Amino acid sequence: MNIVIVKYNAGNIQSVLYALERIGATAVVTDNVEVIQTADKVIFPGVGEASTAMHYLKERKLDEVIKNLRQPLLGVCLGMQLMCAYSEENNTNCLGIFSEKVQRFAPATPDIKVPQIGWNNIYNLKSDLFNHLKENSYCYFVHSYFAALGNETIATADYVQPYSAALHKDNFYGVQFHPEKSAEIGEQILKNFITMQ
Amino acid sequence: MLTKRIIPCLDIKNGRTVKGINFENLRDAGDPVELGAFYARQGADELVFLDITATNEKRKTLSELVNKIAHRINIPFTVGGGISSVADVQVLLQNGADKISVNTAAYKNPQLINDLSKEFGSQCVVLAIDTRKEEDGEWYVYLNGGRVKTNTKCLDWAKEGVERGAGEILLTSMNNDGTKQGFALDITQQLAATLPVPVIASGGGGTVQHFADVFEEGQADAALAASIFHFKEVDISQLKAFLKDKDISVRL
Repeated sequence: MNIVIVKYNAGNIQSVLYALERIGATAVVTDNVEVIQTADKVIFPGVGEASTAMHYLKERKLDEVIKNLRQPLLGVCLGMQLMCAYSEENNTNCLGIFSEKVQRFAPATPDIKVPQIGWNNIYNLKSDLFNHLKENSYCYFVHSYFAALGNETIATADYVQPYSAALHKDNFYGVQFHPEKSAEIGEQILKNFITMQ
Repeated sequence: MLTKRIIPCLDIKNGRTVKGINFENLRDAGDPVELGAFYARQGADELVFLDITATNEKRKTLSELVNKIAHRINIPFTVGGGISSVADVQVLLQNGADKISVNTAAYKNPQLINDLSKEFGSQCVVLAIDTRKEEDGEWYVYLNGGRVKTNTKCLDWAKEGVERGAGEILLTSMNNDGTKQGFALDITQQLAATLPVPVIASGGGGTVQHFADVFEEGQADAALAASIFHFKEVDISQLKAFLKDKDISVRL
């Protein structure tokens, strides 16, 4: 099993690597196109800002590489948002793998704190990515932007309104939460992903 | 629904947990990694590691420890204690910390909060504030672990910190800390009802009811405690079951 974590200018790459180690998997962190293209599984992590990240990917032509991958790919948090069509975060055109748009939560108020930070339940689970998980399992979220619900939604979470906690199209998967920080639930999701055919 | 968070705090000195701890089923309760993993298994939602080492080797020991924690622990954790520069934070985040907390250094150089949030994002910048209610009925900011009083009011500093980019406030009431008589509900509620970011209440939690109070009356988003967890006066899984019974949203 050859797992690659896409290296780019985003945080939390180490955390994903360590989480894979905890479930007995090893991964390579790289921005080498050939290594990414020949991987069995690709993880596209990310904590950061959309336009800076897209700029970095385009400069290295990683945007085209990612879009054209045929093996299972899992985008995490900003990674998932970058796989969408467009993000309101600095009006950024993203990879367009998913058709959903990424919007900002309503302006922060004492009643609606932004970013959403903490554990929230995911439901309407509709994917092998969530095998062995119960409805309303808790995952750890940290985000100010969200993807709306759409045809590609495979898990829903509620914050202010229902939104996409996860998306799926063809070989592409994205999760808004952080499986690498979501205790046993997150480890199960990572296991499901790396054992996917 | 977003849940209220329960956060055990571990004080670290020279890479070891301090304050007497009695866990017979842990191989080494003085090992922050072991203890952190134990709390994670019990259902802690996050962990805070507060480094109180004051030696020159501090930075290296702490970054090594953070790296070990990041390998082992499967929930988010914050690292604090004497952090005073972007470079300090870079090392800790690179070693796997999810958030860092700043206190005295941020008060003395508020631009630090702007710099950190710009460089790493607000979501990983926690502003820790130690506060004490004085005879005039006002809550003032204290520095250097509560040894130095300022004339700044807690709410004013919290607001400024958030405007500068702090993503969360960790509020410790010195009046309540160590008393086990309950959290400071008034100032916690004031901050929670005023600020657009989460407030973590700290200081005074002694019983499960105190946690229910700080979530309901104090409107806190998270509650932090140390010795009551270390001495098993409050068990995290029982605490969460109690809160759920009270219809407070928690992760079980």
